[in-house]
Amino acid sequence: MTSTAGLWLAVVLSGAYHGLNPGMGWPLAVSSALMEQRQSALWQALAALAGGHFVAMLGVLLPFALMTVLVDYQKEIRIGAALIVIGMGLFIAITRRHPRFLSRIPPSKLALWSFLVALAHGAALMLVPIYLGLCAVDELDAGHQAISRIMTTNTLLVLGVAALHTAAMVLGGGLLAFAVYRWLGLQVLTRSWFNLELIWALSLILVGGLGLWSALG
Amino acid sequence: MNTRPDPTFYPSAKLAMEGPTETLAFTLMLSPDFSQPDGLAVVNVDPTSDDFGKIVHQVIMPEKGDEFHHFGWNACSSALSPLTGHAFLERRYLIIPGIRSSRIYIIDVKNPLEAKIHKIIEPEEVFAKTGYSRPHTIHCGPEGIYVSTLGGGGPDGTDGPPGIFIMDCESFEIIGRYEIERGVQDKHYDFWWNLPRDYMVSSEWGLPPQFENGIVAEDLLSNKYGHRIHFWNLRNRTNIQTIDLGENHQMALEIRPAHDPVKQYGFCGVVVDTTNLQGAIFTWWRNDDGTFEAKKTITIDPQPADPNDLPDLLKGFSAVPPLVTDIDLSLDDKYLYVSCWGTGEMHQYDVSDPMNPKLAGMVEIGGIVKKTKHPNGQNFGYGPQMVEISRDGKRVYWTNSLYSTWDDQFYPGEGGAAMVKADVGENGGLTLDPKFWVAFPDGYRSHQIRLEGGDCSTDSFCYPSV
Repeated sequence: MTSTAGLWLAVVLSGAYHGLNPGMGWPLAVSSALMEQRQSALWQALAALAGGHFVAMLGVLLPFALMTVLVDYQKEIRIGAALIVIGMGLFIAITRRHPRFLSRIPPSKLALWSFLVALAHGAALMLVPIYLGLCAVDELDAGHQAISRIMTTNTLLVLGVAALHTAAMVLGGGLLAFAVYRWLGLQVLTRSWFNLELIWALSLILVGGLGLWSALG
Repeated sequence: MNTRPDPTFYPSAKLAMEGPTETLAFTLMLSPDFSQPDGLAVVNVDPTSDDFGKIVHQVIMPEKGDEFHHFGWNACSSALSPLTGHAFLERRYLIIPGIRSSRIYIIDVKNPLEAKIHKIIEPEEVFAKTGYSRPHTIHCGPEGIYVSTLGGGGPDGTDGPPGIFIMDCESFEIIGRYEIERGVQDKHYDFWWNLPRDYMVSSEWGLPPQFENGIVAEDLLSNKYGHRIHFWNLRNRTNIQTIDLGENHQMALEIRPAHDPVKQYGFCGVVVDTTNLQGAIFTWWRNDDGTFEAKKTITIDPQPADPNDLPDLLKGFSAVPPLVTDIDLSLDDKYLYVSCWGTGEMHQYDVSDPMNPKLAGMVEIGGIVKKTKHPNGQNFGYGPQMVEISRDGKRVYWTNSLYSTWDDQFYPGEGGAAMVKADVGENGGLTLDPKFWVAFPDGYRSHQIRLEGGDCSTDSFCYPSV
């Protein structure tokens, strides 16, 4: 149970982490509210950002949910997933480049922006080892089950992970956006914006590394 | 790359106004007869310094005949855009295009007193990668550094229309053309935008044969210079609307959108109305349905003159036209400065109501007929031209050269380089600072000015001034 709790905690913490990272969009919520001169625009923007992030999580996690039916290859899948995440982290750490197509997305399409950013920066990928960890824990508890059962459970698990993660993200980013909009002012934007790129890349490598370690262990 | 945003990036124009006062200015120097290489002068503008008004460093280029005109930064406040996340760039390099040679210099000014050449992009690379020539205005935006050009391909720049190209903001590699659908746009000059609203506005001067060897009087009198402004969907890269200001409104040059992105209007200066020699300012605005309109909101009359006091080009008119060659808008969107290069006047308009500008201040200096001297007794050649405003709006700087061959037509004889400063009163008004006078090296003329840490025609802001 401790490891399950730990993994769910990781889902929540990674959500908060993504939410607080300006690169995942909370300044856009501030900008929307200021541009439209009404507070409700902040919540609308957050909802669009959350929607895009949630769909990106589903898009990345669902294929893994399907793969978990291949019970015999559990270990290989988990190792493979961990290596992909580590690879993404290394790629970001080494190239430090932003995909140029992201700058062609108009400011009116926040949900699309959020979806593509979560994919391009590996935010969704970061959840894969955590998710697979939860599947494995599940397995131990449940023993041998019918394939359809496993699939249903693991799909529900994807929804749960994506929903909880996105909720934590919106809460973290939303609180910060609201605080900046309402009390702190735009000055905070420049003072508090740190270059998280390398830390972000290292986070991916760390999560991938833990996934690898638990798969091999 | 920094770990924190560059302190000279500001989320809003209001915060930029509250930033530290500039102590240095960067001014372009051009050799009008191409006998010397062009250069960048670093000018001390700190009144508390012993070097106030002096050139404290120069970067002289290795080539001749570039003809420096406009220039800009590798990164500005637009890097704080919440959409594109280039927040950790440094405002460190000046991008200086030669409009005659099409060569582009990247100057590293991290230590301004040791500014040096970082990279040179040869004209062949510009031609090959863009099909454009004669690069001009620089702005940093969502996809990198945007560079407007005045010429298309071919030796005289008329093979295809001019346009905008994009450069990588870190490697300074030319990426390629900006336009996907240019519509009727076939000439180019200036451009600027509203980043959160995702639109761009561009203007028209003329094609290279219409300016490189001097103004072509027949073309001007038959209204063949540019007189339209174009509106673009910025990220779609398509021309969504073109407004013809009327063919008599020759040379629609500087585009100055309101700095506060909540405001969806801006200004455009027109050099001369060929029906009456007036100079004009148009206010353009965006309607709620996304369409644009423009209306003439300022006219400046020509001044009667004795033909003997006029150059050949103007003798027949017995009047000196104001020639509105540059305009600049303060960061609070309150004052619009208008250079009247022909009559030798710098006008300050209160544009708090953009549809009803009011003349708030004026300085007379230089001029074809008046030839007003600086308060320190020095001759100011030509007229007030490239104008730049400090971020806090309290100081206005300007130089005097328009373009080598045009200077000689309107002001025969060498007028030399000048750069002056005027102070803005509490409630408007403009007074020349008698103590500020920059002595440039012999044989040079002066063009655009950039202020340390950004100024009123470099930075695009992504958040409203609240």
